[in-house]
Amino acid sequence: MSSELRDLYQEVVIDHARHPRNFLKLENPTCTAEGFNPLCGDQLTLYVKLAEGVIEDIAFQGDGCAISKASASLMTTELKGKKQEEALALFGRVHALLTEGPKGEENLEGVGKLAALSGIWEFPLRVKCATLAWHTLRNALEGTGARISTELNNHGS
Amino acid sequence: MTGVQTGSVTSLGLADGQVGGNDVADFNIERVCQNFPILREKVYGKQLVYLDSAATSQKPQGVIDAMSRFLLKKNANVHRGVHHLAERATEAYEGARVKAQRFLNAEHANEIVFVRGATEAINLVAQSYGKKHVGEEDEVLITAMEHHSNIVPWQMLCEQKNARLRVAPINDNGELLLDEFERLIGRKTKLVAVTHVSNVLGTINPIRHIVEMAHARGARVLVDGAQAVPHLKIDVQALGCDFYVFSGHKMYGPTGIGVLYGRSELLEEMPPYQGGGDMILSVSFEKTVYNVPPYKFEAGTPNMAGAVGLGAAIDFLAGLEHEALAAHEKEVLAYGTRMLSAVPGLRLVGTAHAKASVLSFVLDGVHPHDIGTILDREGVAIRTGHHCAQPLMSRLDIPATARASLGCYNTRQDIDALVAGLDQVRELFQ
Repeated sequence: MSSELRDLYQEVVIDHARHPRNFLKLENPTCTAEGFNPLCGDQLTLYVKLAEGVIEDIAFQGDGCAISKASASLMTTELKGKKQEEALALFGRVHALLTEGPKGEENLEGVGKLAALSGIWEFPLRVKCATLAWHTLRNALEGTGARISTELNNHGS
Repeated sequence: MTGVQTGSVTSLGLADGQVGGNDVADFNIERVCQNFPILREKVYGKQLVYLDSAATSQKPQGVIDAMSRFLLKKNANVHRGVHHLAERATEAYEGARVKAQRFLNAEHANEIVFVRGATEAINLVAQSYGKKHVGEEDEVLITAMEHHSNIVPWQMLCEQKNARLRVAPINDNGELLLDEFERLIGRKTKLVAVTHVSNVLGTINPIRHIVEMAHARGARVLVDGAQAVPHLKIDVQALGCDFYVFSGHKMYGPTGIGVLYGRSELLEEMPPYQGGGDMILSVSFEKTVYNVPPYKFEAGTPNMAGAVGLGAAIDFLAGLEHEALAAHEKEVLAYGTRMLSAVPGLRLVGTAHAKASVLSFVLDGVHPHDIGTILDREGVAIRTGHHCAQPLMSRLDIPATARASLGCYNTRQDIDALVAGLDQVRELFQ
């Protein structure tokens, strides 16, 4: 098996895909949003409980590929207890990691366990699987409540 | 072109079990593969194994050359100029129409309308024939296994006309429930639109039987032949259908060209689909007189090089002995079915008795998208997702499948590469 595949499907990723953390529906969330990736049918609902700008609790439910599930699961474990602005700032760093790779160590700084996603940049078609949870988070926090989609066009036959 | 037969199940030899190993040996697979330069490509240093022909087929050298020759030697606008090149171009374009006529065994060449593909052909019928003949509370009947392209145009029509879209159900093997189908064709049914071969399940539908049921109740039948034309011999007169549509690119031709076959008397009375040049006899600001079919439906400068490429693809298929091709494809499909069924945790989706070159499957605990990525790194190209058939996915209660689909160039070795790739998937995930 190629080393790129091993980097993509790191043990942490497989583990989170198989046993996603915070995989439940929150009672009384302060914000929720739904994310959808029509390319492969990934679908998730994100529940966030905000208290004075801090993410007190966060959880998700849904179905999707290993990358989308692991990314959502890792995201929830990293964000609990973080301030809203910190969460959105982290999205920026994660986005750089997903699209550019580790760039030495530069893009690994401050991403914690999300470093497990560092192999995705070599698979450009899979980046949106990993960003789905984050785009959904932004929608939830910004309170638009709209269902977001990774695709605006259709993918044929 | 010889021995034109119907596109029914028996013509593929699927039901009679008489196709033996010797027939397969008659099919020179090496020579067939040599026609497809792209099959020599390497991806990630691995030999390409192309198992995505149901999405689009690869193109033989003959098609590439014919299009290139047209552009190098014959290009001019068709039906217009008096100069020599215009004559050559018109001859090439109309020659392709005659090839398509013979390919479908249509009675007349003017029953062949060139369109962009099956999708445009269905939209044309919906917005021309459908708009004229489907009224309020009328019904259009489709099936649960249709591609979005044979669902959405009818939904749009039904919405415009306040008509009702009905859906014929399938069983768990992916076969139409014909009794139910028959019950759904009623007095109000104006049109039945059904796929010849399912792009997800591979099911070959009994078109002739469906046409008989529909015609007995006065409904017209459109057949989506996009997945059928690369595999079956088509005879629209034997099938008895009113419309038959297909795309060039799924049968070794180029993209952007396809065919709408419509029976003469229907095309005659149908209003134009788009307005523009070539579809008129005379234009004044007071009144325009439309041209006759097929030109009435071919507004604007057509895809000339595409039509020529389609003609070359038809020649390519005609050059393969059909019985031998069908036997080869059947053998590889049977081998693939056997090998995939033996993969632990794998379930084939679509196990119809009459089936063509599609192997859809799901694997326990692994999402199809992950399967696709891992196989890709082994050089194996498959399709994953809902295959533009979301209602079918809902019916089957799965979000997506992995789909290996076969063309004339695929072999047992390709299936072996697929299974070896799946071993890697299982190693990672199971």
